[in-house]
Amino acid sequence: MVHTFVCLGVPVAVDVNSGAVHVLDKTAYDVLTLLDGPLADTCPQELYGKLSQYTPEVVDEAWAELLELQKNGLLFTEDNYIDPAAATLMQQDAPIKALCLHVSHDCNLRCQYCFASTGDFGTGHRMTMDVETAKKAIDFVIERSGSRRNIEVDFFGGEPLMAMDTVKATVEYARSLEKEHNKNFRFTITTNGVLLNDENIEYINREMSNAVLSLDGRPEVNDRMRKTVAGGGSYDVILPRFQKLVEGRGEKDYYLRGTFTRYNADFAADVLHIADQGFRHVSVEPVVGGPDCDYTFREEDLPGILEEYERLAAELLKRDDVNFFHFNVDLSQGPCVIKRMRGCGAGCEYVAITPEGDIYPCHQFVGNESYKLGNLYDGTFDMELSRNFAGLNIYTRPDCKDCWARFYCSGGCSASNLLVNGDIKKPNRFGCNMQRKRLECAIAMRAIRAGMAEERV
Amino acid sequence: MTHIQTLNGATLKQSAAHGGCGECQTSCQSACKTSCTVANQKCENKK
Repeated sequence: MVHTFVCLGVPVAVDVNSGAVHVLDKTAYDVLTLLDGPLADTCPQELYGKLSQYTPEVVDEAWAELLELQKNGLLFTEDNYIDPAAATLMQQDAPIKALCLHVSHDCNLRCQYCFASTGDFGTGHRMTMDVETAKKAIDFVIERSGSRRNIEVDFFGGEPLMAMDTVKATVEYARSLEKEHNKNFRFTITTNGVLLNDENIEYINREMSNAVLSLDGRPEVNDRMRKTVAGGGSYDVILPRFQKLVEGRGEKDYYLRGTFTRYNADFAADVLHIADQGFRHVSVEPVVGGPDCDYTFREEDLPGILEEYERLAAELLKRDDVNFFHFNVDLSQGPCVIKRMRGCGAGCEYVAITPEGDIYPCHQFVGNESYKLGNLYDGTFDMELSRNFAGLNIYTRPDCKDCWARFYCSGGCSASNLLVNGDIKKPNRFGCNMQRKRLECAIAMRAIRAGMAEERV
Repeated sequence: MTHIQTLNGATLKQSAAHGGCGECQTSCQSACKTSCTVANQKCENKK
């Protein structure tokens, strides 16, 4: 499969199965877009008529170059990575190596779009995780991670800073077991920033390999959705705290992470606003919400969102001080194809654990009883349900088989699929369209930065 | 070539030979919690 597109004026061909990416001129692009499959040794006669704007010699020249790519395994390559029948058996025994640890099912903000129902995940009671449960979670992931060395624990919520004692005890406990079990724990924290102070900023910058800091963008955009318990805006409270944290972060990873909704479809301005506050690493994502929410995007919003992504890409090309997570595609040194087939690993490699010790496939499934995998205290773990998740990959999700972006996105988000389509296997088409556009922008930006797109169409 | 410049080679095919160690980061643990993607993750398998 070959995907051709023009983004930022750059004509591009992606050879889906090999990972090869080519920047074309207008002639090669026009030739390639007329083809359904592999090239014959010579250009078919009828093509000259369809490309009458070019002389036959020029068409032949472009054809010969495309044919050379094909012969070199860089165009129209086959997907022969895996026997389709074997796809359903992929990672059946995958070890669990990543935890989303819900140390707090309580929050000190009342964000209007919160999938966690502003912290309590719809349970009606707010609580933090005690140290005993957190230690059990660490024991659980050590036991279940087999020979995997790198273990990730994201302190999540609710708001994890409301359970800082548990966070610290968890880190200390896990570190004390690293050597004995040959594990390397990597801790991350996702925080709204309200409780950041000098002490916990220093702690986070010392212990957390990544800090995800929630801010939606411009003050009015942030404050419309990210409200305090009293109903006020949070921007003025959190911004200086995030700036202080990042100042002391050194080279360690961090991301300012925002959510855009129907109310800020001009989200490029929010990405740039965040960058202008001194933050290099920015991740702003579309909201996840049911069709009945007023902030959820509707079908008719899609063209505008896609245009906005391209507008953002054009703006980001003008500055090299911003790393926008969703345009950050590593074409050559990124993950292997096996990782790309498997996807996020929710429910098999990655699970979320609640303050009660309940285990769910990921943070977004928490509270959905029919997807509860088990509990740390009674030792249950539903292997059959876990295998349902383990069996999800780009070959077993029917809509992914024909998608050019499958090796970049790896099958999308099961929780989003369930929310929108009622089926973890059925990709959220709206989300897929955005994903594909982000990838096109990312690839076109790479081409321009590599100096390969001097003549744009 | 005068009509085509190759930005990236057949790196997916090459990665099939050595991939699958499973040590890399889980995509939703990085900078997104909703719209995960894998193509921006780092490979942990130093070749």
